[in-house]
Amino acid sequence: MAGHKEIDEATGVETTGHVWDGDLRELNKPLPKWWLYTFYVCIVWAIGYWVLYPTWPTANGYTKGMLGYSQRATVTEEVKAGKAAQSGLRDRLQKTALADVRKNPELLQFAVAGGKAAFADNCAPCHGRGAQGGNGYPNLNDDDWIWGGQVDAIQQTIQHGIRWQGAADTRESAMPRFGLDEILEPAQIGDVADYVLSLSGGKADAAAVERGKATYAEQCSACHGEDGKGNAELGAPNLTDAIWLYGSDRATVMESIRTGRGGAMPAWAGRLDPVTIKSLAVYVHSLGGGK
Amino acid sequence: MTHEPFEKNSIILLIGILIMVSIGGLVQIAPLFWVDSTIEKVKGMRPYTPLEQAGRDIYVREGCYTCHSQMIRTLRDEVERYGHYSLAAESMYDHPFQWGSKRTGPDLARVGGKYSDAWQREHLINPRSVVPESIMPGYPWLAKSKLDYSKVTKNLSTLRLVGVPYSDEMIAAAKADIEAQVNPDSKGVKALLARYPKAKVGNFDGNAADVTELDAVIAYLQMLGTLVDFASFDASGPNLR
Repeated sequence: MAGHKEIDEATGVETTGHVWDGDLRELNKPLPKWWLYTFYVCIVWAIGYWVLYPTWPTANGYTKGMLGYSQRATVTEEVKAGKAAQSGLRDRLQKTALADVRKNPELLQFAVAGGKAAFADNCAPCHGRGAQGGNGYPNLNDDDWIWGGQVDAIQQTIQHGIRWQGAADTRESAMPRFGLDEILEPAQIGDVADYVLSLSGGKADAAAVERGKATYAEQCSACHGEDGKGNAELGAPNLTDAIWLYGSDRATVMESIRTGRGGAMPAWAGRLDPVTIKSLAVYVHSLGGGK
Repeated sequence: MTHEPFEKNSIILLIGILIMVSIGGLVQIAPLFWVDSTIEKVKGMRPYTPLEQAGRDIYVREGCYTCHSQMIRTLRDEVERYGHYSLAAESMYDHPFQWGSKRTGPDLARVGGKYSDAWQREHLINPRSVVPESIMPGYPWLAKSKLDYSKVTKNLSTLRLVGVPYSDEMIAAAKADIEAQVNPDSKGVKALLARYPKAKVGNFDGNAADVTELDAVIAYLQMLGTLVDFASFDASGPNLR
């Protein structure tokens, strides 16, 4: 059959020479030239690729290729280059004392922009896109700070978190679980809630306030202060303002006293680099309520 | 040689196909089993605690993987957003692994420790209570469903069959470890942490009475990507396990 050229009568096209069932023949219709040459080019390209890039597995590794290409090296380079592009400002931000950043408009702008980007990715899920906070997550725009609103206090909070398991220097304070641990009777908790609500001018039953006052002085004043103004050293919130982390209705305040709450914030040191944390501190401080 | 026998005899054709596919398969797949760089050895990897493994099973059951990948690629935007790129070793005890590039939600390879347990709880029950713009569905039943861990021993034994190095001790203590991990004050915590270093212990779902599915899922989420110590990882050098 090889070399045999047979022309199909009906079409005038050469056949492949194969014959099935005695008379069934197949027309020889080769691939289009453009397709064939593209295919050959691809083969040549593949050989070039083998030579230049990591391709073939070997007994205990793989061929590295002449270009020495590695995705890991590339991404490391790219991240480095990205940082280098900001290097002037990054280095200066790193060297400048935290408190002095706001004295330099250029650095302040850089830190606020960087902090804003990092905030959107890392902090917004809890504190909200506009740092407005939410139930259990403090609003960062107001001037009410549980652990202090100075820029270095903010930085410390970001670095080490609040009640964060596994972080050595995390901010630690635990309000007693007055109800769960049966330190106070439910009725006493109700009275203290009334008293606490009265501190910020909320509606409260006068007799209950009087009863709650004594219990407050005994159980609560050590951290929240005799006047109820709180203590940032201990993370004890100010109870005299109208800002409530969990809600201002009596039932919610009672629940806070009953359970002690004890919300946690992650420690970011290690996850974020020091310059990013510094930028975040400056950004949060700049939001309006920084002290 | 003529190819006529292949075209006229289906058995010969079949054998021919098998030989060709085998060659292709051997070249592509076989080296993965012996080349060291496929799964480099890293410090810190351990099998999942029984509670984390149960959470992982629920993660798969609920189809979390249809929107969330667990693979940070070697691309600058991913590394800067999510952290160090994922290593194959970090998925070596995953059956099945959770890689992927299709993301409706963010990558979760390093979500461990990024949010508080309380946040994870609220977010899983109703995502919009904490992230108003979220399109993730809520999973409120997780908080109400008690975790069924009656088969945890068999579960771990099966995983051992496919190569997860659970010891006899780990398998024997599986039920106790589940109960210890959700109760920070219990006696079993020390033994749990000895068996599974870096495990997060806590009353994850805020309900001390029961071990719920929510406990398991949060325990799993809170450990994702936290095992390998990248301070001692060298991308180009040997990394001893």
